[in-house]
Amino acid sequence: MSELTPDVTLDNSGLACPMPIIKTKKAIDGMQVGQVLKMIATDPGSIPDVQAWVSKTGHELLKHETEGNRFIFYIRKTK
Amino acid sequence: MPEGKKRLAIICLHGSIDVAFATFVLATAGAAMEMETAVYFAFYGLEVLKKGKINKLKVSPLANPAMPVKIPNIIAMLPGMTAAATAMMKSWMKKSRVATLGELLDTARELGVRLIACQMSMDVMGIKKENLIDGVEIGGAATFLEFASQDAITLTF
Repeated sequence: MSELTPDVTLDNSGLACPMPIIKTKKAIDGMQVGQVLKMIATDPGSIPDVQAWVSKTGHELLKHETEGNRFIFYIRKTK
Repeated sequence: MPEGKKRLAIICLHGSIDVAFATFVLATAGAAMEMETAVYFAFYGLEVLKKGKINKLKVSPLANPAMPVKIPNIIAMLPGMTAAATAMMKSWMKKSRVATLGELLDTARELGVRLIACQMSMDVMGIKKENLIDGVEIGGAATFLEFASQDAITLTF
């Protein structure tokens, strides 16, 4: 869906656990509340991990999609 | 609002690659999940905090039946086998693009993970504060327990 326009894009392709989550946290820390991060990962473990991360931190996973071997997450900073 | 424990308290007792990885992967992930995180290093775990050691830790194939390449103990005990097993493990990790231990340690410090060295273990093993990397706190059992007693998950490696 193209209506989601990310404010920041972070490509974690090729990185293994726990780096996609670590880099997501750092990117979110540098953003304003309400902004959207587009995070790309190729680690299949990032699907449950991003869900767990938003559940713990309270940020909002707006959607995630798979494109070939890439997993794309749209996360809104909530606080 | 998110629920659950707010702190992560880890005890690391061993100075081998696999244990150090488990410790730092969980510690950095805990900090990334906005948990206040502390790692208490005691006995052989102090090896991890020694200056210049983090990327020189080893893994032993001896009495380790889970090594992906099976090495009989009578071979594993020979000189050079620990170095060989260590080189193999590092190459597998590099191939899987896992961060190095040095990178994970730097990340842990950047994210504010507390690294606590056990005073008593330091005394027993003749390790001085100046042998350890900068930014390490020195404390005893009470230091760890005071932290862990307040809303923490505790993991031991």
